[in-house]
Amino acid sequence: MENILEIKDLHVSFDTYGGEVQAVRGVNLQLKKGEALAIVGESGSGKSVTSKSIMQLLPKPAGRIKSGEILFEGRDLTKFSEKQMQKIRGSEISMIFQDPMTSLNPTMTIGKQIMEGLRKHQNMSKHDALQRAIELLDLVGIPNPEERVKQYPHQFSGGMRQRVVIAIALACNPKVLIADEPTTALDVTIQAQILDLMRDLQNKMDTSIILITHDLGVVANMAQRVAVMYGGRIVETGTVDEIFYKPKHPYTWGLLSSMPKLHSKNSELLAIPGTPPDLANPPKGCPFAPRCPHAMKVCTEFMPEFTQASDTQQVACWLQDERAPKVEPPETIGVGGAGR
Amino acid sequence: MTIATEERQKYVEVKNLKKYFKVGRHAILKAVDDVSFHIYKGETFGLVGESGCGKSTTGRTLIRLYDATEGEVLIDGVNVHRKMSRKELKELNKKVQMIFQDPYASLNPRMTVKDIIAEGIDIHNLAKSKKERDEKVYELLETVGLNRDHANRFPHEFSGGQRQRIGIARALAVDPEFIICDEPISALDVSIQAQVVNLLEKLQRERGLTYLFIAHDLSMVKHISDRVGVMYLGSMTEVAESDELYDNPLHPYTQALLSAIPVPDPDYERSRERIILEGDVPSPVNPPSGCRFRTRCPFATEVCAQVTPRWTEQRKDHWVACHLYDDEYKGNFNR
Amino acid sequence: MAISRTDITQDMFEPAVIDVSVQEKIERKSISYWGDAFRRLRQNKAAMVSAVIILFIVIMALIGPLMNKWGIDDQKLTRSNLPPRISALSNIHWLPFDGQENGVDVYKERGIKTDFWFGADKLGRDLWTRTWKGTQISLFIAVVAAAGDLIIGVAYGGISAYFGGQVDNIMQRIVEVLTGIPNLVLIILLIIILEPGITAIILAIAMTGWLGMSRLIRGEVFKLKSMEYVLAARTLGASHSRIITKHMVPNTLSIIIIHTMFSIPGAIFFEAFLSFIGLGIRAPQASLGVLINEGYRMLSLHPYQALFPGLIISLLLICFNIFGDGLRDALDPKLRQ
Repeated sequence: MENILEIKDLHVSFDTYGGEVQAVRGVNLQLKKGEALAIVGESGSGKSVTSKSIMQLLPKPAGRIKSGEILFEGRDLTKFSEKQMQKIRGSEISMIFQDPMTSLNPTMTIGKQIMEGLRKHQNMSKHDALQRAIELLDLVGIPNPEERVKQYPHQFSGGMRQRVVIAIALACNPKVLIADEPTTALDVTIQAQILDLMRDLQNKMDTSIILITHDLGVVANMAQRVAVMYGGRIVETGTVDEIFYKPKHPYTWGLLSSMPKLHSKNSELLAIPGTPPDLANPPKGCPFAPRCPHAMKVCTEFMPEFTQASDTQQVACWLQDERAPKVEPPETIGVGGAGR
Repeated sequence: MTIATEERQKYVEVKNLKKYFKVGRHAILKAVDDVSFHIYKGETFGLVGESGCGKSTTGRTLIRLYDATEGEVLIDGVNVHRKMSRKELKELNKKVQMIFQDPYASLNPRMTVKDIIAEGIDIHNLAKSKKERDEKVYELLETVGLNRDHANRFPHEFSGGQRQRIGIARALAVDPEFIICDEPISALDVSIQAQVVNLLEKLQRERGLTYLFIAHDLSMVKHISDRVGVMYLGSMTEVAESDELYDNPLHPYTQALLSAIPVPDPDYERSRERIILEGDVPSPVNPPSGCRFRTRCPFATEVCAQVTPRWTEQRKDHWVACHLYDDEYKGNFNR
Repeated sequence: MAISRTDITQDMFEPAVIDVSVQEKIERKSISYWGDAFRRLRQNKAAMVSAVIILFIVIMALIGPLMNKWGIDDQKLTRSNLPPRISALSNIHWLPFDGQENGVDVYKERGIKTDFWFGADKLGRDLWTRTWKGTQISLFIAVVAAAGDLIIGVAYGGISAYFGGQVDNIMQRIVEVLTGIPNLVLIILLIIILEPGITAIILAIAMTGWLGMSRLIRGEVFKLKSMEYVLAARTLGASHSRIITKHMVPNTLSIIIIHTMFSIPGAIFFEAFLSFIGLGIRAPQASLGVLINEGYRMLSLHPYQALFPGLIISLLLICFNIFGDGLRDALDPKLRQ
């Protein structure tokens, strides 16, 4: 399976009055056709910035892509003009955001907002676009689509609005859907509905999805492959089973152990001490070293390179080096979270 | 640490609490509608529910940030909502404290950390000299895992997790017995949440604190709580001990809620049977008649619309408000 | 798998000593909100230039009248309508300081030896002294009026919002009625009742200007009331006065300052306007408005009489506005990371 999207050595910075903030420091990612890739990280890890860079939606003039390539079907998006990007956005690559309250224009009907993309990218007539909009509303599970297509965003609840946002994003059958924390602002029962919907649509329309989230539960639910980000860099990638059952990076261990397990008895939460790095002054070596219980001298001096732990798993950690001592992950990892 | 139930002292008793808000000219928002529960001394009671269920309002009414529309709240035997003298109010303020959700809005941006933490000390005259005040602040900073030299800095220089810890230090400054934690970790990153939760547990062990832990993250609530109450649209639907609730959820809403939580375990996620609730949460201004959950409940029948479910004890210390379990009405269902 | 870098030796795989307490350390220097705002203000060149100009005008307003021996009321008809002259600049003919009018050297003609830097008006009064004294009075009126409307506005809006409910309802109804009455009508009535003069004008401006401030403060206080740090203070047992002084006031101070900074030029202009239409300061007292009025009458014959007061009032208004803008940008950090 070829890569539909490939990011090579991406560096993105923001110029603020406090200096240059290096939000993304050398990220490599591949997205295969039809798969769901989750980018996991906490605030400040650079995951949102990475996704916005793909769409060239960084706030200008502060944000800029310093170097690197973003290859979509072989074409480098960083070299595209604004006009070329406009042709891609919404039709070939779509994006949905976190907050359904602010993602929709409150002064336009839902129908009009769905039809916008259809008419612009596919040159549909008004009548055809309206029909398609009604079909889409039905597809995303909104009851009475013929009536609701004429309504305004404020007449929809949060979960419904997020469905509409998904409908708009999928209207032109894009090849890639980037979902930036799509369910974080939703209640848990609504979140379950939306995740179900997204998985269903992904199967029906064979869309490749990049899912950005901090919620490992959502990752386990939706993703086939996972990339873990910290301090502007990717620290580990692998299939979802590898990341949850055989993780190799101490940050991934830390993330998994600091989450309470719903289905096992009360165990201690192993918190990662300290706070994420200040990217205006990024540390010299591995960004996780100051908080890593296994940090070695080499970790503070040199940035670790990627090593292949398996065909599909890559880790950027000095512990993988043969000269490093063998370290076991904490006991709670790898035995699965469920009490089966 | 479970003490025999009969011996345990009920530290907080909430009886038929109602809090209504007037919205617009005629409509009334019944944020909290006839809620009753109790909290034993030294335990953590988790209050869980989705947005609009009234859990935050309950917490704030308990501490008198809102006046109750009806009902009684007894904290350590004292009725919180009756008329109190200034002295009595001050005593109450020292006993009951609160930690808030938004680390960015819970600290006054114009005050130094020292002044923020010492506010309780100043109001209640707990320090006799500036030196003593400073010492207390340093001690509190160290208790929550921060440094002394943070005292002269301003809130905007700290991260979300650190700000929450400053908020905890502020609450601890008056030496409270009961702390209401209103979604204290919802706005924090996952790895920082664990830090704050561990801190709260440590403080509870060391100081014998009682907590009301309000949150929407069920996994975290299960971890930290001894007993848990589930709220839906202003009413309490089920209360049980933490493990018992998760092992044997009785109320259909609790079952759906537990089923909806994504678990960080891919195998489990692939194989699980999900209960997906239809539709959206109805508006609290016009809640459904009878049982409020009936519009989304897979088992609802006519009796659910006519009669509000009664609060019954089904298993030991496990209470639920649902006709499915009520001897008088359960014949209506074919299950 | 060994990475082929010769600078990485085996001993580098020893555990590093990480001091956990260092993790919580904050590297950057501590800056308070005001320090940070001041730094941002200093970087705004336009605002700094405006501030300097305002300062210069204020200083001149104080010492200007003392710089020569003439008072504001010394009349001498031989000096009537004398054009301005500064001997040192009298040879630069595109500047208005050559003492000439229509090509004629008026000083020579009338045999006047001393320089009148801004010239003299039709009664022979020295315009330099009158202009700077007038600036003094205009500034004084504006500052006192702005202070008055600040105090009334903050108190009214603050109380209305803090107590909310019925109190707020009643107070806002009153505001609505007052807003409906046109300012000018109110002021003219006030001035007719009181004697026209400095006191009357100050009262008139203050009594109508506070409405804007009160609305602003009311909005802010409502917002602050539900901020969690105010709720925290309530749960700690803070009294009303403590909440207001320690929590509300410092967080509204920046808005108050900015609004006041903009109300000063408004007051200056309004006073000038009143004086211009004859409802202001009475002769022989001068204010910028009075001077402009007098100069306006002579505009086609002796334009210099309107030039200097006009220039000063324009500079004051522009600079206060630019400085106010700069202050707003400095105190309102939306770009805070």
